[in-house]
Amino acid sequence: MRAYFGRRYIISASHRLHTDALSVEKNRATYGKCNNLHGHGHNYGLEVVVAGAVNPETGMVVNMGALDAVVRNRVVDRFDHANLNLDPLFVNRVPTTENLSRVVYALLKDALPAGELARVRVEETENNFFECDSE
Amino acid sequence: MIYLTRRATFSASHYYWNPAWSAEKNEQVFGRCANRNGHGHNYTLEVTVEGEPDPVTGFVVDLKGLKEIMEREVLAAWDHRHLNLETPEFAVAIPTTENLAIAAWKRLEPAVTAAGSARLSRVRVYETPEIFAEYRGEP
Repeated sequence: MRAYFGRRYIISASHRLHTDALSVEKNRATYGKCNNLHGHGHNYGLEVVVAGAVNPETGMVVNMGALDAVVRNRVVDRFDHANLNLDPLFVNRVPTTENLSRVVYALLKDALPAGELARVRVEETENNFFECDSE
Repeated sequence: MIYLTRRATFSASHYYWNPAWSAEKNEQVFGRCANRNGHGHNYTLEVTVEGEPDPVTGFVVDLKGLKEIMEREVLAAWDHRHLNLETPEFAVAIPTTENLAIAAWKRLEPAVTAAGSARLSRVRVYETPEIFAEYRGEP
């Protein structure tokens, strides 16, 4: 039977929303406080949902320890306590949470120990979140 | 289509153990969850039903009725129980969060369908705030 396993992680990171494609004024108008020159930070809530058949021997879609190792290795260790703008993946991409959710989806898609990546959800604050379910 | 979700909590103990495996393999795969003395969680059950609002009442489902179904079909059997030792579905199956979501669906689906107005859409079980599993009735 196909079921879904979801796991939450926390990533504390800084970012600045800014693009060189826009003028100083237009950046300010578009991104508001998020355009602050020296950046700011969030405790991002990351939710990873894996879909797949429940393995009859283990009762699991995916082994949580194995999933944790992949997510830590590929995503959490990379972005936690880091400045997102300085990551090579954000050199040509504004580190909006939309883009962060897409980047995380791409980093995990082919790396899962079992099952398929159904959805990545990134909560920037408790009042906004972004979901990505395909590339 | 409107989706309506109702939440309830229950507390239960369990352990993970596959009797076909050696003790070493159980400990390797299930880690601390393989402790045969068990451990416990405060689970959260989230039940989502789908349907069209009734033109007279504006309800997709009678929430009190849904609460009673959840209490009767799931909480009465699982709350403050040892899942491996006291529930028929986990006498054999391992009470992982995935299997809890599937078993809760099987318990709820006939009663939700019999109530008439809505269809069961999704069952989500949180083992901790950081771990959940979901079943949507897929084969």
